[in-house]
Amino acid sequence: MTLKQRLHSIWNVAKREIQRLTSKPIYFFCMLIAPALCVLFFLSLMKDGLPTNLPIAVVDMDGSATSRNLIRQLDAFEQTEVVYKTASFDEARREMQKGNIYGIFYIPKDFAVEATMGKQPRLSFYTNGTYLIAASLLFRDMKTMSVLAGASVGLQTGLAKGYTTDQIMGQLQPVVVDTHAIGNPWLNYSVYLNNTVIPGVLQLMIFLITVFSIGTEIKYSTSRQWLQTGGNSFTISLLGKLLPQTVIFMVVAMMCCAALYGFNSFPLNSGWMPMVVALLLLVLASQAVGVFMIGVLPTLRLGLSFASLFGMLAFSIVGFSFPVLGMDPTLQALSTLFPLRHYFLIYVDQALNGRDLFYTWTEYAWLAGFLILPFLIGKHLKNALLYFKYIP
Amino acid sequence: MKREHRLRYIIKEGIQDTFFVWKDELKNVFKDSGVMIFFFLVPLMYPLLYAFIYNNEVVHNAKMVVVDQSDSYLSREYIRKVDATVDVKVVAVCADMEEAKKMMDEKKAYGILYFPSEFSKDIHKGKQATVSLYCDMSALLFYKAFLLATTEVSLEIGKEIRAQNNPSSTSEQEKITVDPIPYESVALFNSQNGFASFLVPAILILVIQQTLILGIGMLGGTAREKNRFHSLVPVSRHFNGTLRIVLGKSFSYISLYVVVCIWALAVVPKLFSLPQVGEPWTVMLFVLPYLFACIFLSMTLSGFMTSRESPMLVFVFTSVILLFISGVSWPKEAIPPFWKAVGYLFPSTPGIQGFIRINTSGATLSEVAHEYQTLWIQAGVYFITACIIYRYQIIRSRKLIIKQYLYLKAQRLLHKSGQPSI
Repeated sequence: MTLKQRLHSIWNVAKREIQRLTSKPIYFFCMLIAPALCVLFFLSLMKDGLPTNLPIAVVDMDGSATSRNLIRQLDAFEQTEVVYKTASFDEARREMQKGNIYGIFYIPKDFAVEATMGKQPRLSFYTNGTYLIAASLLFRDMKTMSVLAGASVGLQTGLAKGYTTDQIMGQLQPVVVDTHAIGNPWLNYSVYLNNTVIPGVLQLMIFLITVFSIGTEIKYSTSRQWLQTGGNSFTISLLGKLLPQTVIFMVVAMMCCAALYGFNSFPLNSGWMPMVVALLLLVLASQAVGVFMIGVLPTLRLGLSFASLFGMLAFSIVGFSFPVLGMDPTLQALSTLFPLRHYFLIYVDQALNGRDLFYTWTEYAWLAGFLILPFLIGKHLKNALLYFKYIP
Repeated sequence: MKREHRLRYIIKEGIQDTFFVWKDELKNVFKDSGVMIFFFLVPLMYPLLYAFIYNNEVVHNAKMVVVDQSDSYLSREYIRKVDATVDVKVVAVCADMEEAKKMMDEKKAYGILYFPSEFSKDIHKGKQATVSLYCDMSALLFYKAFLLATTEVSLEIGKEIRAQNNPSSTSEQEKITVDPIPYESVALFNSQNGFASFLVPAILILVIQQTLILGIGMLGGTAREKNRFHSLVPVSRHFNGTLRIVLGKSFSYISLYVVVCIWALAVVPKLFSLPQVGEPWTVMLFVLPYLFACIFLSMTLSGFMTSRESPMLVFVFTSVILLFISGVSWPKEAIPPFWKAVGYLFPSTPGIQGFIRINTSGATLSEVAHEYQTLWIQAGVYFITACIIYRYQIIRSRKLIIKQYLYLKAQRLLHKSGQPSI
């Protein structure tokens, strides 16, 4: 075949595929609605960046003006809201088990008196580890409050004794840690999670659609007709089939990109190009993995099961919630098989930290490397297309 | 009165048919390898896999580099103490920030601890000294590890300095120099703030709902593909009443999922020593309406599945959304009202909330009353919708039978009349 003929065949298969894509609403749902729904959901869910006004209870055994002042100050913190005041710890704990509060701040009896007398009354605070994010945010606020309480008492007594503020702080807290969260100084959870979750959903949908579109050809015995449209060349038929999907998914990927870095102005220290290229490569790599899946398991339902399980597993093994370095070495090795993992590493280097491309090019190479997969399984898949008999 | 219309007969036939449907559906499940994947393989393997992924619970030895411009006894002491914590490991001491940044770029470290040159001087002058911590924000757990370790060491060093500075301090001075208000923090219910203990119980509950939706959806899709007239119910004497079909089928799913639940909710947590402080009876009583709600929801949804594969395409991605909507990671107080309302459509939302509080926080049924009631209401509503779906399908296939019958009859008549009568 000449080049012109080849291009013509690809075009024919692509036309056939466009017809198939538009004839079934399920494609429309999976390729456009589902990713759009996820973008909408996650970005609106975390639009504030951090959950605010998390409910806590204060067990105030003191009941003095000082303790009330302490409660007022705690309530003023952005993440904390005192919804419950009681003098019984048991009652507070029950509220926690009811899910009404995530933390308990305990002010002991005679707190105000003992503090001024220098008897060192102890403040305690409890967080519900069942809810990790709420617990760690409240931990931060309640700890700050305790430190401030100590400082204010120290300051009062110190100033009364004629010391300067500098001297007192140097005594109360000789060493302070000044924290810089690089790239995400607001500790914004939306930035932290959605930069990976949304491409993760995209990857999952690409796996599913690639497997589904090839698998249905086998299931409904249209694969021979498909290959004929492509001039009986497997490569051309596959290219022609995937091309319209590639275009659609790339458009969707660009919309995700626009939603993240344009609309929501998430940190983009690398400029647009590195992330755009990474997302486009993620689309291609996911398609390649999809072809591999249906090649290995040419039964539609098994191929789809494989795609679903692998796609869902990606969210955990990519390591944006629990770092890969903290996992078992087997899992660390396994994580490299997921395109999303490499995309995540690119995102960290480029968008988040704005590092030199020199440190990241291997991850781009990995993503491109996934494109070898269809060639490895090609022969097997072709045989399946020609001879595989669908058994329901 | 005709025999068929007597109540006793109807009940007897109903029960017999229910058992017939129950057996028939079990056969369908075991014959179908695709359904077996979702009813058995996934619920068996997934919990193990997730528990394995998050098994280490917390991050140990997060890698950190140090830039020490002070190069003093105190800064070295500080570094030694940070390195000694379980959370953090100091991998190198760099000459300047440039070198440290390069190590971060090369992923040899995920945090930098910087001591300014006046660090030691400030302390000796009695001024507050500052150390700067720079964290890579790709993983919050690294950030948390660095922050906790350095804060802890700062407090410890602070105490030592106070003791050294004032060996012979007067009692008057003591009052401001020593911590005026000490504090302690306690993590309840998940004492090491572990990741597996936090997330895996929620995933276990979600897996039950999602596999039921996928499996039952697949069975429905298969029935639609296989049966005459593409209907959800086969044309058979035993599939004549809505109630017997819905009950018969749901009994077969329940009997399978009792096994799955025991595995996922009792055995797996034990294997990986996840928190399990709930009363077994409470857990069982709570899981019962959850299973009913999930099954009836799945049966309702299966009415809309026209092919065996469509459930996988439509429902798999919802798992990610449902996990967040349940309020286990993103607190429910911070979920916008619209999404909160959407969450109430799915049993997983009250299911996860209630289960983790029973299982991890040791709540009793009365403390999860809201979730428990929601689950029963969901079970009731979805039972009715499942009945409506099946009722509609029965009527539809009956109508189609009658239509075909009339059509055949008319054809025969036409055929007859066409022949010359003798």
